[in-house]
Amino acid sequence: MASNNRPLSPHLQVYKPQLTTFMSITHRATGIALAVGTLVLVWWLIAAATGESAFNDAQAFLGSIVGRLLLLGWTYALFYHMCNGLRHLFWDAGKGFEIETAYMTGRIVIGVSILLTIGAWLWGYAAMGAI
Amino acid sequence: MSLRSPLGKVRGLGSAKEGVAHWWAQRMTAVALVPLLIWFVASVCTMTGADYDAVRAWVATPMVSIMLVLLTLAVFHHAQLGLQVVLEDYVHTEWLKIASIAIVKFAAIGLAVATIFSIVKIALG
Repeated sequence: MASNNRPLSPHLQVYKPQLTTFMSITHRATGIALAVGTLVLVWWLIAAATGESAFNDAQAFLGSIVGRLLLLGWTYALFYHMCNGLRHLFWDAGKGFEIETAYMTGRIVIGVSILLTIGAWLWGYAAMGAI
Repeated sequence: MSLRSPLGKVRGLGSAKEGVAHWWAQRMTAVALVPLLIWFVASVCTMTGADYDAVRAWVATPMVSIMLVLLTLAVFHHAQLGLQVVLEDYVHTEWLKIASIAIVKFAAIGLAVATIFSIVKIALG
């Protein structure tokens, strides 16, 4: 095995934090969070297949303050990962690598994912008749 | 049995064109997930506060069952491909890396099967 003392690249600590690097690691973080969050959705569906009391337990948790905060985080993580994923697909096609473009699409991703999250939650509360 | 080396056997045959299979699968599931998840989030929004019977009736709708199964397949495939890359990047102990990736893959398959079974169970009553 190669020596473990060799320098690692990149030296993150010597770089000034930038929007692009911050968004890159956030894409990973939201991906991991979404994978974990999927467990809750799986639980919800399995509970619906199991029976009414199991389903009501799942609904009660999701409707609680903690459940709602997790769902809010999940919603934002989903929209962020989806919007930034589309940004990645354009990069994969070789488009949008110019620095100004990368910053502009980054800001668009953050803005649109916030708007979509607010929109989805307003829609949900409206569907419940709460607003 | 051949005395030719593995390298000697493949030399000149060209690539198997499988080097980008993982990368492609990650992108294709990503593309599939965009419409599937927009549909899913919109559906869940309209069903906020729905009770047991309403949710089961919704899952049992044929088009919904099909979309949910497709969503499950795409989500778990995409998730395990992504988590695999994360583990490959950050876990540097070989046996731990292989073990953690294996756990992720087994869990993804198990959860996907459990989810699809639940959907089918509700759909077929």
